[in-house]
Amino acid sequence: MKNDACLYWQALNRALDAELAADDDVIVLGEDVGLYGGSYRVTEGLYARYGEWRVRDTPISESSFTGLGVGAALVGLRPVVEIMTINFALLALDAIINMAAKIPFMSGGQFPMPLVVRMPGGVARQLAAQHSQRLEQTLMNVPGLRIAVPATPQDAWWQLRQAIRSDEPIVVLEHELLYFSKGPLDEAAEAPPMHRAEVCRAGADLTIVTYSRMRELSLRAAAQLAEQGISAEVIDLRSLRPIDWETCLASLRKTHRLLVVEEDSRFAGAGAEVVATLAERAFFTLDQPPRRVAGEELPIAYNARLEAASIPSAPSIVAAAREICGQQPPEEKS
Amino acid sequence: MTELLKKMLRDMLLARAFEERAAEEYAKGNIGGFLHLYPGEEAVGVGVLHAAEPADYVVSTYREHVHALARGLSPGAVMAELFGRKDGCSGGMGGSMHLFDRERRFMGGYAIVGETFPVAIGIAYAIALRELPEAVICFFGDGAVNQGTFHESLNMAALWRLPVLFVCENNHYQIGTEIHRHSAVPEVHKRACAYHVPARRVDGMDVLAVYHASGEALAQVRAGNGPQLLEFETYRFRGHSMADAGHYRPRAEVQAYERRGDPIDVAMAEAGMDEAAAARIPADHVGRLAAQLGRDGHLDEEAFESMKAAVAAEVEAAVAFAENSPEPAMEDARAALDCNRHGEVLL
Repeated sequence: MKNDACLYWQALNRALDAELAADDDVIVLGEDVGLYGGSYRVTEGLYARYGEWRVRDTPISESSFTGLGVGAALVGLRPVVEIMTINFALLALDAIINMAAKIPFMSGGQFPMPLVVRMPGGVARQLAAQHSQRLEQTLMNVPGLRIAVPATPQDAWWQLRQAIRSDEPIVVLEHELLYFSKGPLDEAAEAPPMHRAEVCRAGADLTIVTYSRMRELSLRAAAQLAEQGISAEVIDLRSLRPIDWETCLASLRKTHRLLVVEEDSRFAGAGAEVVATLAERAFFTLDQPPRRVAGEELPIAYNARLEAASIPSAPSIVAAAREICGQQPPEEKS
Repeated sequence: MTELLKKMLRDMLLARAFEERAAEEYAKGNIGGFLHLYPGEEAVGVGVLHAAEPADYVVSTYREHVHALARGLSPGAVMAELFGRKDGCSGGMGGSMHLFDRERRFMGGYAIVGETFPVAIGIAYAIALRELPEAVICFFGDGAVNQGTFHESLNMAALWRLPVLFVCENNHYQIGTEIHRHSAVPEVHKRACAYHVPARRVDGMDVLAVYHASGEALAQVRAGNGPQLLEFETYRFRGHSMADAGHYRPRAEVQAYERRGDPIDVAMAEAGMDEAAAARIPADHVGRLAAQLGRDGHLDEEAFESMKAAVAAEVEAAVAFAENSPEPAMEDARAALDCNRHGEVLL
């Protein structure tokens, strides 16, 4: 099936539907995933098609229903746990970090862990501090987990299906503002490896490494930079554990300049890992110190202006890119 | 019944000897980390697991060596795991608190209090979805019932009628805090009624009582009648772990449990050992045995001694097996972590 304007949530929905149909061991569970159809419509229609045992509405018990997914995965089910938002995943971190990531290891390699934990995160629209964050930096530091961060409907379709089919525990980090974004979806197209980064715009002067919703902003910034005579290459990492260093290094060998764009706060964030590893591996390739454009060191304020000022924007990416390329920041447009 | 009792008594003697030897090996430095021992609680693990079927699953805590042994893991594989060796049941990656055996459906020892509940309901969910006549045995201590996962998981187990037998080993202490100081409702079984889970309290020092109660509950669970909870009152004779001398327990309380009877003595009485024979048995396991005897001697002194000798030899062999097993290599650790990658090469 080809669709030129598929919504991100529809791609996820199609992926779940395809896997539920293909394998009786796949189950979906979480708060309001069944009768209600999912807070972001991702599980719409699945309850009617597969019944309550395969698409299970759970009580508000993140710790235990995520742990339920762990137990079910131990005996060969392929649970897809939806945590309504990443903010509630703090209550489920024991199941994700201490159990899912460690049981295969602690058992000496005896048990499969075909668990997928899906959750939307990021800064949306005035949801205030408790509902406006990402936790990738916490999960990235856990050996045994894999983390997919699809930014397009096509990647959502590919990566969720790959995650369900994998025997390893995989966290799929979605973004609340991407659910109603549109893009092409070709269901028959062959998927790249789940962790492969994508060069989504080719360029010669600097490499912008980013992921999730910041892909869209970085591409917008790259288009503006092109108008100003700067050719930016944009890499969407697509996976935060592992990270496709080869694709990044190949780009740096061409551009010699690195800018990392991430939505979450800068200190000890995902960008710190990207910059540190690329500096270790490509220090002499770089013409300039690497830079990060990241969220402010603040919880996200409810106030809309403060919220917008707390995260990267296309102009802030453009300004940082111009600085790295030795040009003055452009004058602010009204 | 006599044969079963003899088997259970033998498992309890093995459990006691294994744990006492583990303490010695810990003192010698052959076992590291945290080591939580089971003496005093043998009747619970042995009684419950003799009532289990091979197709049932067991989810256990960090005080689980004896659960593993009673489930049929070899003492050598368990001791080698305590030694951190390659032939341990978890390849040396888990240690004392993380014993696993997929073949025997021993689904692990979990070291974070309260983790066994969600794991157990997850396995039970798979059983229910597949409509199999199997049960999950979920061990936990009295301290675990104040974790959120206890309430969350009992709720879901009851809501979806999941096949779980919740087994509380109530030894009255969460490390050093006595149950009246950690629980507003110290009768653990009473908490289950909040979720309409049938529950009762049973003497956990009496292996036969444990066995019968577990068998009845498991039959209900396997029949699809939803979860059940059993609270076994027991007592650990040692501290919480090797790092704990147990000074917080009043002497009078410890003595009261000693008077009440070592579970091994109770099992011996139930196995029909006569009073005179019991009186000749060395002091360590006698306790209040004599008063509980009086049946016709199914287990004579000679048989008991040979049972003890066999168990001692088994523990000796387990230690030798552990000592001779190689250390795992770094590649083994990486292979364990990547066991589900199936050769996929990541960048």
